[in-house]
Amino acid sequence: MSLKTGLPLPAPPGSPEAKAETLGRAGVGIDSKQESYHRWRNVKNGLVQAVTCLCTLAVLLPLALVFNHVLKSGLSAVNLTFFTGLPKPVGEPGGGMANAIVGTFELLGLAALLGVPVGVCGGIFLAEYGSTKLNWWIRFAADVLNGVPSIIWGMVVYALVVVPRKGFSAWAGGIVLGMIIVPLIMRTSEEMLRLVPQGYREAALALGISQWRTLVQIVLRTALRGITTGILLALARVAGETAPLLFTAFGNRFWNHSLNDPIAALPLQIFSYAISPYEDWHRQAWAGALVLLVLVALVNVSVRLLTRERSNRGRLPL
Amino acid sequence: MITEERQTIPKPPLVAADSARAREQGSGSPALSVRNLSVFFGKVQVLKRISLDAAAQAVTAIIGPSGCGKSTFLRSLNRMHELVPSARVEGEIRLFGEDILSPEVEPVSLRRRVGMVFQKSNPFPTMSIADNVTVGLRLNGVRQRSVLAQRLEHSLLMAALWDEVKDRLDAPATSLSGGQQQRLCIARALAVQPEVLLMDEPASALDPLATRKIEDLIRELKKKYTILIVTHNMQQAARTSDYTAFFYLGELVEYGATARIFTNPAQKQTEDYVTGRFG
Repeated sequence: MSLKTGLPLPAPPGSPEAKAETLGRAGVGIDSKQESYHRWRNVKNGLVQAVTCLCTLAVLLPLALVFNHVLKSGLSAVNLTFFTGLPKPVGEPGGGMANAIVGTFELLGLAALLGVPVGVCGGIFLAEYGSTKLNWWIRFAADVLNGVPSIIWGMVVYALVVVPRKGFSAWAGGIVLGMIIVPLIMRTSEEMLRLVPQGYREAALALGISQWRTLVQIVLRTALRGITTGILLALARVAGETAPLLFTAFGNRFWNHSLNDPIAALPLQIFSYAISPYEDWHRQAWAGALVLLVLVALVNVSVRLLTRERSNRGRLPL
Repeated sequence: MITEERQTIPKPPLVAADSARAREQGSGSPALSVRNLSVFFGKVQVLKRISLDAAAQAVTAIIGPSGCGKSTFLRSLNRMHELVPSARVEGEIRLFGEDILSPEVEPVSLRRRVGMVFQKSNPFPTMSIADNVTVGLRLNGVRQRSVLAQRLEHSLLMAALWDEVKDRLDAPATSLSGGQQQRLCIARALAVQPEVLLMDEPASALDPLATRKIEDLIRELKKKYTILIVTHNMQQAARTSDYTAFFYLGELVEYGATARIFTNPAQKQTEDYVTGRFG
């Protein structure tokens, strides 16, 4: 406003002179028309900001609600026996989910054993070898597989593993989780490898380092954190899978002594306890949900730490 | 545009200014001898029948406007062009008499003899300063600590970086400044003891002070190595090189002693380029 003082009065608004003036002084912001335009722009900016803030809240609110509810309902049943004891028969109070917690880790271990090498190697093929056309199809297939509902994976493994072997088993559970993580890990590994600048490959090859060693010692090493992050996130995702395990691992109320026997898993235990009619089991189901949630959250936090350290050192962004 | 006489193969010129050292070598035979080299990417011909001899233990600068094939020429000398699947090469390149384009020559072993420094410094970010220098040796099976330590120090000394990094050899390579990183890359290339060093605009991303250090280094290194340097910077070519080749549109227009190319070029195009009238 103060800019106006001392300057000739602007032409009446709407007149051709005013238009010309507005054009001539564009960006100076001393014309009243322009001032209203600026005010409108600020209002618009504020509106958009408010809407995006609300949407962010809408995303964060469910997370807070879930955590709050699971904490409130589950914390009372979480105690030492929950982590060390086996499930008790109906009517007997107490007991724990030690077998399910260990079983979840066993299943994730099997899944990683089967899925990680295949996924990472597939990612390497996509990033370093193959032809553009072939890779397009592989990528397309992987993306379709990523969208396949997990219960269908369960049915597939039921038909391919459980039926021929005539029994549910830890192996079947590990295989189904492994199959689910393969396309996930494949795509993240590929992305991470492609982030490694071509200059590093060229530098290594120009030193007379073979292509194989360049790949393993230079390219994979540079992308290692990113690939590890992808693997952890994939495992965190399948840690809570329930449907495919119903057909394969089946669940077990006792310790699993052989990978050829059914095995307990946290999501399965939560499922069977949650649909039961017993108050005590409901509380245990909440406690199981809390433990599972904390596990997955821990994985996510460790991934954050991994990636933060990387960006601090000026390495590849995630 | 190029007439027959310009196609004639320039001899490695040994002019007064730099002949003393060349005579010391006692050899007139060139380190690199290129004959009728053509490079194609798919259907596009990027280099057209280049013939050129690069003198041993001298600096040969390759100048020319962008897209004239300078880098392609350099990259064909250690067969880095093969990284592009559509690339195809015709002609002959001899390294101290040996035909390096023959299928019997492994590109991997060739590249140990013909080292390369890139425009953008690219030390490996996962490795320390020391590991970066010795990586070419370690990944080719050298295990003896004494050998590695000796090459490490020697290479860093040669690259004029030793005094700046000797107290923090285990620090990450990315903690160095841009100019230091480029000298680290030179040390890395020197550690595998190549015979020829190819430099693709090694100082174009550096500030004037760092550039000067690299240029001093190039002058120092030519006592032991045959150096080919691609540069956009005319002054740099004039300051550092003994011989200069001017490329234009994939052809070698003129090649000769740097002093002559810059003061008395035979071709009008060369004169226009070195005086900054085009390019």
